[in-house]
Amino acid sequence: MATAATTIHAPVLDRPFGQTLAIYAKEAKFEFLTRLRLRVFSLSTIGFPVMFYILFGLVLNGREAAVDGTHFATYLIATFGTFGVMGASLFGTAAGLATERGLGWLQVKRASPMPPFAYFAAKVVMSMIFSAAVVLSLFALGVTLGGVHLTAMQATKLLSILVLGSLPFCAMGLAIGYFAGPTSAAPIIQLFYLPLSVCSGLWVPLMLLPKVLQKLAHFLPPYHLAQLALGVVGAGQQESAWSHWAVLIGFTLICLGVARIGFQRDEGKTYG
Amino acid sequence: MLATMPDVQTDRDKGSYSPPAVVAQLQRVSKVFGEVQALRNLDFSVRAGELLALLGPNGAGKTTAVKLFLGLMRPTAGTVSVLGGNPVHAEVRTRIGAMLQVAKVPETLRVREHIDLFSSYYPRPLPQDETLAIAGLQEIKNRPFGELSGGQKQRVLFALALCGDPDILFLDEPTVGLDVEARRGLWEQIRKLVARGKTILLTTHYLEEADALADRVAVINRGEIIAEGTPSEIKAKTCGRRIRCFSSLAIETLRAFPGVADVRMDRDAYEIRVAEAEPVLRELLRRDSTVHGIEVVGAGLEEAFLALTQNGSSGPQTPGRQ
Repeated sequence: MATAATTIHAPVLDRPFGQTLAIYAKEAKFEFLTRLRLRVFSLSTIGFPVMFYILFGLVLNGREAAVDGTHFATYLIATFGTFGVMGASLFGTAAGLATERGLGWLQVKRASPMPPFAYFAAKVVMSMIFSAAVVLSLFALGVTLGGVHLTAMQATKLLSILVLGSLPFCAMGLAIGYFAGPTSAAPIIQLFYLPLSVCSGLWVPLMLLPKVLQKLAHFLPPYHLAQLALGVVGAGQQESAWSHWAVLIGFTLICLGVARIGFQRDEGKTYG
Repeated sequence: MLATMPDVQTDRDKGSYSPPAVVAQLQRVSKVFGEVQALRNLDFSVRAGELLALLGPNGAGKTTAVKLFLGLMRPTAGTVSVLGGNPVHAEVRTRIGAMLQVAKVPETLRVREHIDLFSSYYPRPLPQDETLAIAGLQEIKNRPFGELSGGQKQRVLFALALCGDPDILFLDEPTVGLDVEARRGLWEQIRKLVARGKTILLTTHYLEEADALADRVAVINRGEIIAEGTPSEIKAKTCGRRIRCFSSLAIETLRAFPGVADVRMDRDAYEIRVAEAEPVLRELLRRDSTVHGIEVVGAGLEEAFLALTQNGSSGPQTPGRQ
């Protein structure tokens, strides 16, 4: 008897590679369209970080404001970029997965010959596209209204790091999506999202936060992504980039492990 | 898995009549969820080209049976085979279509986009226009799923089940919650698939639906098949007829007639439920010269079903189980 772990690998089908690739692409395209047209999702995912950036980065502080010698509006592109990426990734994966898993749609797909990983890959790709959209919106605002100067190299590096930084939070989203119900997913995400953001120095720069929080931040994954992003604009905490990547990779693996437990528990219940 | 071929063989050995091959089968299948025994030692097969209705009340085990056939669940005991293979394998799944009960489908995708995506999963899908035509969706192919009526939504799910041009379809309560018109519309479309030679297993708790569509009906209750046969056989196997008449005999006398299952008063008339009408009518005419206004009607599948499920899994009125 095959175990749940092998179930996902078992449906090996003699399907030409090109056709498999086409399914992955189509799955991702329609996942993206589904979310793009869902205004609650597309507007809030891009709207919230942009709104906060305008408020904290452009309105409340002048164009020249600086913190520890770093231009404030530039600093906040990195941190609100991290904030936006986190939101797009957590909501993009967890909310959809919890709903589709809880309300029967995932079963319809599982009963078809869809390659099972195409479903998850589509959610990750969609989250990364929205992450890129958030970051590019912040660039546009910062450069036009905030007096931000980014070289093409800096912009490319910042975008790449932040979009890649979507992965740990997609993994976290999958873990939440496997343990939350269709209605509880969004509140549960909020429970993690806002406190993690504030304590990681994404809203208010870390050096303005109490010492305790500054210490605590080192244990929070968003802090490490924000530090990598800040490093690009010369405002990081001068820690080694590898330590940040190591924490993020470790966190991703832990979340994938938790998601896998949820997946297997689901298999045990519905397919087991 | 192995049983498909020998089964066909045995059928052929019978000589004159050889029923079509078994294409999907549950063999001594049990399914337990925690404390609940959803299916008990179920033996049950679907034959090529037939429409088999699995009929039963809510909680009887219909959906569990379908999910086992689709490889979405594994049996606690016993064997499941579909098209000679295990339905958890994708190569078997490419020849299966499934319509399940879904509480929520992504609402912002358009009808044709849903079909486009599901068609891409299959090696030889139907042309999209054909899928739309069979399911009657041409007019609404550009509408987002969320804007459709209940009947239209069911037709889209039906289209997703058939778009891969599968050999066998599993339809779990396809018309649940639909109004009469929408239900009849979907029946027409299901009949079109049967005409194309597809094998269909359909679950329903609408007796009328089983009667209208099925070549064969299996009645399931509390995880057991309690009767199996053509719709008319099922009806005949239970209290098959209802005699309505005006008689001067006392109700107790009528109840004591051999072959009478039940008598009730309907205004001034008696309604007598019987297995076979003729012996009871002969007795009635012999004993009561004043009897008049006699009508004999076949009991509906509804009555047959009630009689079957109320009697549970024991007693003489469970003809399908030997």
